[in-house]
Amino acid sequence: MKKRLNIRHAWKQSDKTGFWFVSPYAIFFFLFVAYPLCFSFILIFNRWNIVTPMEWVGLRNFDRMFRDPLFFKSIVNTLVFLLIHIPLQICVALGLSLLLNSKIKMRGFFRAIYFLPVVVSGVVVTILWQQMYSFDDGVLNRLLTLVGLSRIPWIVDPSFAMPSIAIMATWKNVGIYIVLFLVGLQGIPNELYESANIDGANDRQQFWKITLPLLNPTIIVIVVLSTIGGFSLFIEPYVLTGGGPLQSTLSGMLYIYNQAFYFGHMGYAAALGFVFALIILVVVLLQRKLIETEPTS
Amino acid sequence: MKTVTKYFLLLIGMVIFAYPFLWMLSGSLKPELEIGGLGLWSPHFTMAAYKNVLTKIPIIRAFLNSCLVSLSVTASVVVFGSMVGYALAKLHFIGRTALYLLILFTMMIPFQITLIPQYVLMVKLGLVDTYLSLIMPTMMSGFSIILFRQFFMSVPQALIDAARLDGCSDLRILFRLIWPLSRPVIITVAILTFMTSWNDVLWPLIVVRNQSLMTMPQLVTIFVIGGQAEAQLGSLLAAATLLALPVIIAYAFFQRYFIESMASTGLKG
Repeated sequence: MKKRLNIRHAWKQSDKTGFWFVSPYAIFFFLFVAYPLCFSFILIFNRWNIVTPMEWVGLRNFDRMFRDPLFFKSIVNTLVFLLIHIPLQICVALGLSLLLNSKIKMRGFFRAIYFLPVVVSGVVVTILWQQMYSFDDGVLNRLLTLVGLSRIPWIVDPSFAMPSIAIMATWKNVGIYIVLFLVGLQGIPNELYESANIDGANDRQQFWKITLPLLNPTIIVIVVLSTIGGFSLFIEPYVLTGGGPLQSTLSGMLYIYNQAFYFGHMGYAAALGFVFALIILVVVLLQRKLIETEPTS
Repeated sequence: MKTVTKYFLLLIGMVIFAYPFLWMLSGSLKPELEIGGLGLWSPHFTMAAYKNVLTKIPIIRAFLNSCLVSLSVTASVVVFGSMVGYALAKLHFIGRTALYLLILFTMMIPFQITLIPQYVLMVKLGLVDTYLSLIMPTMMSGFSIILFRQFFMSVPQALIDAARLDGCSDLRILFRLIWPLSRPVIITVAILTFMTSWNDVLWPLIVVRNQSLMTMPQLVTIFVIGGQAEAQLGSLLAAATLLALPVIIAYAFFQRYFIESMASTGLKG
């Protein structure tokens, strides 16, 4: 009895306008978050081409997945992408942000130029790089022959294609990470460098002992964001290579897309999406564990 | 490091990031045979590639479609997002904390899980090949709600109490009193939402097949991979330039806001 009174009391105290204000979100949540989540749990156990009725297949979608060479291929491709993309991205972004953070003129101008590819659609970037990567008369190969080197089969050779996409993605996204590093760098108190100078530490020691450790939170954010981005890679391989040559650029998202909308395997595609989402969560948690250092007082 | 070296490295970086865009613009204006060259100038500049693109695909229609979709999405995210953010920050109602945690949780769901079921939902609602299917799934965003909430938390409660004493409704307080104080967060949310919506290709590819409803990046993607460009480099580059131009113009004017907005996405991690 007392409990009911409490609830009634709480209801009376509760601000009714609050409910009005969040009601649009409630509708949105049920339609576009809760329903799809629940429905995906049904879909992953079914075979369905969206036209004929669903057919319950239990765990057979997963059984099929673990025997599907293309599923493993897409994971390996994503890992290749991440192994090149993440270190490259961090080095370039860190280097440029350190330059920008020093006493130079026109800092805003340089920053704005480096940021330009970020705002432009991935389709534009991909069309552009498709021309630059062209084997016969692409800009990059022309530059290479100009300095006397041999041409590189950027996107026509299976072992070069994914690294090429990783380089392109770095070019597109590095602006974001430069800005994040700049925010991190500005958060490092100047006194640390001053006292290090007094103690006679040189620039290199200061970088390894002060700058890098204090940028650790930024690096975690960058690794996590790039990882999520890598697993969501779609438009770049879709436009640039169509997943080829020899499936070497088939990304997870592209494989899900092909299964769902090219072959009409909705159930299998949903199961793939489910597994990829789990992989993302596990990888991101692992990365956090591995990179996070104990904050030194 | 010497200052000269610094400027040298910064300039190299500038060339790496800016040259491809200039090359794209110049290539779209060059006659087909000259495009491969590294130089940016040609005495034979022509608009032929643009004419070709304009006659082959309804790119102006696609531009208007993109405007309609992205502006609707942005307006909805800002209006509804600020309402929910305001409720979470300033109104005391049952389940407020639970709702807040729920929204944080939704931000962690990888879209790989919800993509296919959302498409199925569109099919079931009969919305495939409509503007609504492009707009509805992104009408609200957890991240924007959280940004609004964080900002509104810093608005002094006394201000709101005073307005209430004057008989203002919460809607009036939000839109007349708090909105004018919240320009930075509104601009951040609007730019992020508009950019994400404008540049999205995957979802339009899934729910729209009717060419007259396609968004601009989608139409250009189809133009490139569907073979309509017939391997004419000039047309490809012209289509890419037309697609990049609106965003680059917007960026030229609101450069600072773009960069600050993207910096705030770092909070997501």
